[in-house]
Amino acid sequence: MDERTVRGLKIGQTVYLSGKMITGRDEVHIRALSPNVKVPKGLAGATLFHCGPIVMREGEEWKIIAAGPTTSARMDKMGAEMIRRYKIRAVIGKGGMCDDVLRAMKEVGCVYLAAIGGAAVSLAEGISKAEGAEWEDLGMAEAMWRLRAERFGPLVVAMDADGNSLYKDVAAKVSTTMKAHS
Amino acid sequence: MIRIPEPIEDIVVNLLRLANTKLPEDVGWALEAAASWETNETAYSQLGGIMDNVKKAEFLGRPMCQDTGMPVFYVSGRMDASMEEGIRNGVKKATETIPLRPNTVHPLTRHNHGDNLGEGMPVIHYRPSDADHTEITVLPKGAGSENMTRLAMLNPADGTDGIKKFIVSAVLEAGGRPCPPTVVGVGIGGTSDRCTEMAKEALLRSADHVNKNDDERELEEELFTILNSSGLGPMGLGGDTTVLRVHIKTAYCHTASLPVAVNLNCWASRRATVRIYKDGTADYHQR
Repeated sequence: MDERTVRGLKIGQTVYLSGKMITGRDEVHIRALSPNVKVPKGLAGATLFHCGPIVMREGEEWKIIAAGPTTSARMDKMGAEMIRRYKIRAVIGKGGMCDDVLRAMKEVGCVYLAAIGGAAVSLAEGISKAEGAEWEDLGMAEAMWRLRAERFGPLVVAMDADGNSLYKDVAAKVSTTMKAHS
Repeated sequence: MIRIPEPIEDIVVNLLRLANTKLPEDVGWALEAAASWETNETAYSQLGGIMDNVKKAEFLGRPMCQDTGMPVFYVSGRMDASMEEGIRNGVKKATETIPLRPNTVHPLTRHNHGDNLGEGMPVIHYRPSDADHTEITVLPKGAGSENMTRLAMLNPADGTDGIKKFIVSAVLEAGGRPCPPTVVGVGIGGTSDRCTEMAKEALLRSADHVNKNDDERELEEELFTILNSSGLGPMGLGGDTTVLRVHIKTAYCHTASLPVAVNLNCWASRRATVRIYKDGTADYHQR
C-alpha cells in the first residue's frame, strides 16, 4: 500500500486487502529492533500482520490452515519504533495499540486494521499463497511468514493516520456509561 | 463382540480434534442470541464473521482459531499412573495430525520442543472417584484470554460491592484483547490457588447452566447486564455484546480473606469431554 491510499482510510471503514503481507509478532519485533540485525527483504514498507498461523508443509508448498490475528497490545512497547524504522504502512491485528503507536502511525502514514479475532479459517481463505518463512528458527508461530492476500478480510479501520482510534472512542463511551451506572 | 479398547493417546487426539474444530452448541446459541439483540452495525458484522468461521471450521475439520491454546485436562474416575503418559502422547500426536500450533515454550529461554510438551505441561487436574467410568475433559485455552486473568485478595469488608467492581474492571480493562464476547469465569473464596482454579473450572459450564445458589445466580445475572450495557462490544470495537455468560464458583475461605479470580474465555469457548467405560466404549460430548 502506498502512503496516499493509507492516509485516505478513516476509522470505521471496512476494507479487504489484496497483495503482499508479512506476519510478525513478539519475537519478530524483538529481533527486528535488536542492534546490528540484518532484516529480510520485504519488511520495509510492509503490511504487518500480527499473526502466528498454523501452517502445514504439502510437498514443496506451504498450506495455511488457520491464520487469525493475535493480541496487538503485546507489541505496544515496540510498535512505534517498528513503524518508524521500517515505514510499516498497515498493521493488521486485534484489540488495538497504545497512543505511542497511534502517534507513529500519524507521523509515518500507517493504519491499524482490525481483523476478527479467532476467525482463523475464514481469514485463511483470503490468503492465496504462503511464499515461505524468514527467521524460521523462531518457530511456526513466531517466524516471519511471507503471505499473499486476496480479498483478505473483512478488516475494520480501527486506528487511522489522522490520529483517530476507534478503541479510544469506545473506551470513552464505556467510561461515560459506567460512571452513569455507579 | 470383543472390543479392543482404544489407547488413551488416540482418545485424547479425538478429544482435541473435537474441541478445536467444533464449537459447543450452547456457545453457538449464545452467539446467535447476541446477534439477535445487537444494535451496533460493526458489532453485528463481527458476530456474523465469527459464526461464519465456526461453520467453516466444523465443515473443513480445521481448528476454528490458529491459537489452539494450552490444553488443560480434567480427569476423573478410576485411573492409574499411565493416564499421564497417555495424555502426553495424545497431545504430541494431535499437534502433528490435527494439526495444533506448537505453543509450548520454556518461560525463560522461550525454547519450543514443537510438540506442545514441556516440563509441567500440559496441565492435568485429577479427581479420583469410584464411578464405573473415567472421564477426560479438555479446555483448550488461548493466550489472548488467559493473559487477562486477574486475582485479587480483597478484604472481607469489601464485600459483594468490591467483588462486583473487581470483576467489572477486569473485563473492561481487558478491552478487545481477550476476543470478546467472552465467557467470564469467576472464582470466589478458597485460597489463592483454589480461587484461580475455580475461575477456570467455571468455564467448563454450559451456557445454559443454571446456578443453583440464589445469591450466585443473581450476581451472575447482574454482572451479565452491567457488562453488556458497557458498550465495549465484540473485539472491543463497540456494541451491545461484551460477554456471553458469567459463571461463578465459590468455596469457603479464611475468615480474614476474600479471594476473587477472573478467568476469561474468548468467544471460541472450546471444550470437549469423553467418557470411557470399562468395556472400552468411548462416548464423546460437548455438553
